Amino acid sequence: MTTTTGPAPAGVTTPTVDQRPVRATPPRHIPLARIITVELRKSFDTRSGLWLLGSIGIAAVLTTGAVMAWAPKTEFTYGGFTLAIGFPMSVILPVIAVLSVTAEWSQRSGLATFTLVPHRSRVLLAKAMGAVVVAAGATLVAFAVGAIGNLVGAAIAGIPTVWDLNPADAGYFALGNILLLLVGFTLGVLIRNSPGAIVAYMVYAFVIPGLLAFLAFNQAWFRDARPWVDPKYNQDLLLHGGGLTGEQWTHLAVTSLVWIVAPLIVAVVNVRRAEVK
Amino acid sequence: MISVEAVTKRYGTFTAVDDVTFTATPGRITGFLGPNGAGKSTTMRVIVGLTPPTAGTAHVLGRRFADLPNPGLEVGVLLDASAQHAGRTGREVLTLAAMTMGLPRRRVDEMLDRVSLTDTEASRRLRDYSLGMRQRLGIAHALLGDPEVLILDEPANGLDPAGIRWMRDLLRGYADRGATVLLSSHLLHEIEVVADDLVVIGNGRIVANGTKTELLATANVQVRTRRPDRLADALTAAGIAYTDASSSAREPDDCRTLHVDADAELVGRIAHRADVALIELRDADGAGLEEMFLELTADTQRDTRQGAFA
Repeated sequence: MTTTTGPAPAGVTTPTVDQRPVRATPPRHIPLARIITVELRKSFDTRSGLWLLGSIGIAAVLTTGAVMAWAPKTEFTYGGFTLAIGFPMSVILPVIAVLSVTAEWSQRSGLATFTLVPHRSRVLLAKAMGAVVVAAGATLVAFAVGAIGNLVGAAIAGIPTVWDLNPADAGYFALGNILLLLVGFTLGVLIRNSPGAIVAYMVYAFVIPGLLAFLAFNQAWFRDARPWVDPKYNQDLLLHGGGLTGEQWTHLAVTSLVWIVAPLIVAVVNVRRAEVK
Repeated sequence: MISVEAVTKRYGTFTAVDDVTFTATPGRITGFLGPNGAGKSTTMRVIVGLTPPTAGTAHVLGRRFADLPNPGLEVGVLLDASAQHAGRTGREVLTLAAMTMGLPRRRVDEMLDRVSLTDTEASRRLRDYSLGMRQRLGIAHALLGDPEVLILDEPANGLDPAGIRWMRDLLRGYADRGATVLLSSHLLHEIEVVADDLVVIGNGRIVANGTKTELLATANVQVRTRRPDRLADALTAAGIAYTDASSSAREPDDCRTLHVDADAELVGRIAHRADVALIELRDADGAGLEEMFLELTADTQRDTRQGAFA
């Protein structure tokens, strides 16, 4: 994509009959940053998109309230509040990622999107990066609301505030959320249908972990193998705070490659070849 | 300039577009005409890169569509006015497109104004739009980048007569300024009024291709007489083709109507020499393209005509 300069190919300027003012400069390539901005805007310019975004904040506040109301005082720590907030986020963020992709097909807006930017992998890249920006913002919200919750909670309970998180924990939290969101994104690109992809994500996030936990509980061989095959298990380790050991990082890398990177490549190749109806 | 070269699109064993080749030239409106399911939309989608062709290539302004650096500024596309997110407002749909193309926001207002969508209408969501409003928004979307090529699939759908008139003038103005306009329709009259060139497609194949004048030059006189046999003999002797276009409903007596492949003066002279009195002799306006369309697509269209030339 470096053909912006150089002579215009034949036919770009219309011949003879053309009385239209000739453009001062030939059109330039659309920069990726602009596509990311547009895709971010598209995630939140509908009522449902706006509510999804709002629900991140609302859920954060409600969860904080719930922790204060019902959790034992030993959990009134920065980590306790923030990680609790992380739970609803791990559901909402992937749904935003899913919809950013599937709406192009379910709502058929892809016709316009992919004619204005006729490089589908570029649009998908912009959508993925937009989703990561949202995850980063959500992490900030979680840590900010968590801090307020921690201050208020400790004050109400009359206990000293416990600041048991450090910047690295914010990194883990963000990474965990980004990985979950990428799972949703991958399912969206693979399935290209809003309800289908959301259900698939819910199965991934809530049904399969339960079944695998059950299997691991009953079968010793699987208990040892699980970290190598169960991506959600490793993602949860990140979200639940605390550093990962070297072996755990390897587990995370292996499961992410197999369950996110590989299917995403297949899905993007499919999208590039598919017909946009 | 749009050039489609030997494009074929197959879905399994079904051939939607079969070896289609045509060119749409700058400064002219090219009408892409065909019955439903003839392959018009598929061809247009191939041109803009939404559908990969099984064989062949399509170029816009000398390049493959995907090689245009910022297609919205060079090619305005309207394929399906309903294909937008139902939850976005009309203004938002245009704003997103303007942002993508790198255009200032005031361009959105200009275009809304151009297609006569009011501020209140523009801030409504698309699910509440009528087909006509969607069509206007779709046209605004296509014109946003002030492109030199327009590709519009059935743009008159859902517009009221005034809207159709407005769109016709708009497309004419664009073509007169040197733009290439490719416009599809299954409505003969819509195309006949506005197009300079015609590409007629039936069952995925091009069945006629040329300027409107050329294509209308066939069967262009309608003549009515009580002595059709004598006139027919004289026409045959002069080497002029004709078809019997009588309809039993319109011809209660011994009258017959012929469509003759010649101009009115020549037919009059032949009739005079053959001593045949004519009841009517006139240009088969309107009927011309319609006849052609029905004839050309007779074996490819869904509803077969019965007893047309009984």
